[in-house]
Amino acid sequence: MPRHLSTHLLYIGLLLGSVACAGADEHTATYPAVTDARLAAPEARNWLMYRGTYDGWGYSGLSGINTGNVKNLKPLWTYSTGMTEAHQAPPIVNEGHLFITTPHNHVLALDARTGSLNWRYQRELPEDLMQLHPTNRGVALHGDKVYLATADAFLVALDAATGEVVWEQQVEDYLNGYYMTLAPLAAEGLILVGVSGGEFGIRGFIQAFDAATGKPVWKTYTVPGPGEPGNDAWPGDSWKRGGAPAWVTGSYDAKEKITYWGTGNAGPWIGEARPGDNLYTTSVLALDIHTGKIRAHHQYHWNDSWDWDEVAAPILVDRPQGGQVRKTLVHAGRDGYLWTLERKPDALAFIDARPYVEQNVYSAIDPTTGRPSYDEARVPKLGERVEYCPSVWGGKDWPPVAYSPQTGYLYIPANENLCGALTGEPVEYRAGEMYMGVKVEDIEVIPTPEAKDHIGELQAWDLASGKRAWTTEFASHNWGPVLATAGGLVFSGGTNDRQFRAFDARTGKLLWQQGTNSGVVGVPVSFEVEGRQYIAVQSGWGVDAERKQQVLNQHLGTRVQVPQGGVLWVFGLPD
Amino acid sequence: MSAGDGTSGFCAARRRWLEGTVVCAGLLHVSLATGASPDPARQPPQKGDVLAFPPDRNGGRDIIASDLVAGAEPLLAYPRDPASGVLRARSRLNQILLLKGDPGALDRIAARHSLDGVLAFSGVCTHAACGVSSWRPETARLVCPCHGSEFDPAAHGTVTTGPAPRPLPILPLARQGEHFVVAGAFTGKVGVKKP
Repeated sequence: MPRHLSTHLLYIGLLLGSVACAGADEHTATYPAVTDARLAAPEARNWLMYRGTYDGWGYSGLSGINTGNVKNLKPLWTYSTGMTEAHQAPPIVNEGHLFITTPHNHVLALDARTGSLNWRYQRELPEDLMQLHPTNRGVALHGDKVYLATADAFLVALDAATGEVVWEQQVEDYLNGYYMTLAPLAAEGLILVGVSGGEFGIRGFIQAFDAATGKPVWKTYTVPGPGEPGNDAWPGDSWKRGGAPAWVTGSYDAKEKITYWGTGNAGPWIGEARPGDNLYTTSVLALDIHTGKIRAHHQYHWNDSWDWDEVAAPILVDRPQGGQVRKTLVHAGRDGYLWTLERKPDALAFIDARPYVEQNVYSAIDPTTGRPSYDEARVPKLGERVEYCPSVWGGKDWPPVAYSPQTGYLYIPANENLCGALTGEPVEYRAGEMYMGVKVEDIEVIPTPEAKDHIGELQAWDLASGKRAWTTEFASHNWGPVLATAGGLVFSGGTNDRQFRAFDARTGKLLWQQGTNSGVVGVPVSFEVEGRQYIAVQSGWGVDAERKQQVLNQHLGTRVQVPQGGVLWVFGLPD
Repeated sequence: MSAGDGTSGFCAARRRWLEGTVVCAGLLHVSLATGASPDPARQPPQKGDVLAFPPDRNGGRDIIASDLVAGAEPLLAYPRDPASGVLRARSRLNQILLLKGDPGALDRIAARHSLDGVLAFSGVCTHAACGVSSWRPETARLVCPCHGSEFDPAAHGTVTTGPAPRPLPILPLARQGEHFVVAGAFTGKVGVKKP
C-alpha cells in the first residue's frame, strides 16, 4: 500500500466518528441501490449522473413544469454550503436522496423535498495542495455508494446512507501536479475518472476502478508512450509532460460498451515547444469500457497553441438518415466549431464542422478528415505576441450543452465577440509547479467592438438541418451549463447578473428568471419526488468565470464584482 | 460537524511536541505517515537552517550574499538542515523567495526583517497555495501565475492585486558569514487558511 494512502486511511480511522451526521439511520434501509441497468435507462424522476443520462444530453423527460406554467416557478427551499469559489456540481438525485459537492471537496446529502441535511463529508485536503481550479463537478452513484474525485487526486467511496468512507484509492500524487475536479462516471460495475493538471506538466490518463472495492481495473494514458501508436507525434521525451488532461466526465454508449472522453490541450501551451500533432491532445477518445483499450480517436485540432481544451465530452445522437440510423457524436468545441462525427465500431468518421462563433485561426477544414489548416499569423509563438479569436476561454469552455429530442435542437452556452492574445516563452519543468510557458500577465482577452453589444449567447442549433434556430444574447459573458426538459423549456444561468433563467426551447423566448445569491455556474437538473417536479441548481461564482470577469473589467473599464458563496436553489410550482 | 474540529486537540498536542511549528495539519499528516519521527525533508524551516538552491539549480548549493542582485528576480530557496545536510524540499510549503531590494524603499515591517535589503518570503500564495513563481520587474511585484495575485515585497508582501486574502509571510533571517540562516518561524500562516 502506498504510504500516502495508508496516511489517509489512518486519518480517516481517526475521523470516522465525526464524518457522518445524525439522521442517517432512517435512510439506511430506504436508499435504493443504483444498478448498471438503472444507470443505462434512468427513470425520468431521477438524475443519477452528471448529465442525467449516458448520452450526455442534459435532458429531463419531466413535463410538469412547462412553457405554460413556468412563470409561476418559485424557490421552495435553499441551502447554503458555507463555501466560496465555483459551485459547478449538479445535484444528483436518487429517489429523493440528493447529493451535491462543493469546492474543497465537501459532499452534502440532503432530503430532496425539504433540504434537511442527512450527512456532510468534508475532505481533509493537504496543506501544501495548490488549487488552480478550486471546484468540483459532482458525484457518481453506484450500488449503495457515492463517489467523489478529489483535489488531491484520490477517489473516495462513501456510504450513500451515512456518508461514512467505505474505501478510498489514490489515483495519482498531487505533488506532481495531478488533481481531479470531474464527476466520476459509473458504468458496468466500474468507476471511471480522468485527471486534471494540464498546466502542471502531467501526462493525462483515464482510469477505471472496481466500484465495490476501489481496486484499479485499467488505466489508459491520453498521451501514448514509446512503442504505442501516436507516440511519434511527440518530439523526444516531451510526451512525459504532454498534458491532455481529461477533466470532464465522459459519455457512454451502453449498447456498444464504448465510452467517449474529451481531452485537454498539450503542455506547455505553445505548440512550437513540442512540434508534432501531439496525440491525443484536444481529441475525443473512444475507449472500451471493460479494458480501456482505445478503439478510435478523432483529434479536433493538432499541436494546440491556444489553450483550447476539448474536454467537454461529445453527446451521442442517433439520427435517422436514408432509412437507417446514423450514430453521431456532437461536440461544441472550445475552438468555436460545432463538430459532428460518426460513431463506427472502430473509427470516428468526420461528418461536419462549422463555426458557431467568430474564429479566425482555421483557414480550412479538410472535408474528408476534418483536419484543420491554420492561418500561421494566428498561431501563438515563443517570444512573440499573437492575437486570435476566440479567446483562451474559447467559444465555450467546460459548461455542458444540452440536447432536446423534442425540438431536435442542441443548446450551446457560447461566448462571442471576444478575442485574445498570448505571448509564449520557454519554460523549465519543475514537478508540481506551473508548466505553461505563458506568463499569467501575457494571457490577454480582447473584446471586439461588438462586445459592447453583447458577449454571452445561448444558441439553439437544429441538428437535422445543421442551422442555427435561435440565439439569445446577454451583455455578460456566459458560463451557464444548460438543462433541457420535456416541458419545452431550457434552463441556464451563467451570467454576471446572478440570474437563473428559463427559455422556450423552440423560440428562445425568456419565460422566467430568478435573481440568486451569486452567479450560476452550476449544472441545473430536474427531478421528481412524490409526484412533484423540481428544478435545482447551485449558485456560486468562481474560478475561470471570476478570472475572466476581472480581465474583462480591465479591458472594458467596468467594475463588475459577482459575490461569492454557494447556495443550492430548489424550485417548484406552488401547491 | 467539522473534520477540522475533530482534529484540533490532537493537532494542538502535535504542535507543542514540535515546538511551535506553524503547519499543524500538514504535520499531522506527515507524522501519521511515518510514525513517531516526521520526515525532516518535509519539516518547516527550523531556526539555524541554511537557505539553499533547489537541487536542480546551481547543484543545490547554499546561497551566498553575492548570488543576490538588487532589484533582480527573486531566487527560489529551500531550508537545509546544516547538521544532517537534509534539504527540506519535500514540502511545497517550504518554497522560499529570497530577494534584494533598496533598503530605503522598505516599509517599517519589511525594514525590520531586512538584512541590508535582503528579504525572504513564503513562495506559496495565500489564495490557493500555488507557487508564486513570476516576477514583474517594472513594478517589482511577486506574481502568482494561477490567479494573478501580486505582492509588494517592499511593503512586507502586501497584496496589491488579485484574490489573495493575506500578505506573503516573511521568514526572519540572520547572516552567518556569506550564508543566510533562518532566525525564526514565518510571520504568518504559510499558504491557505482553511475555508
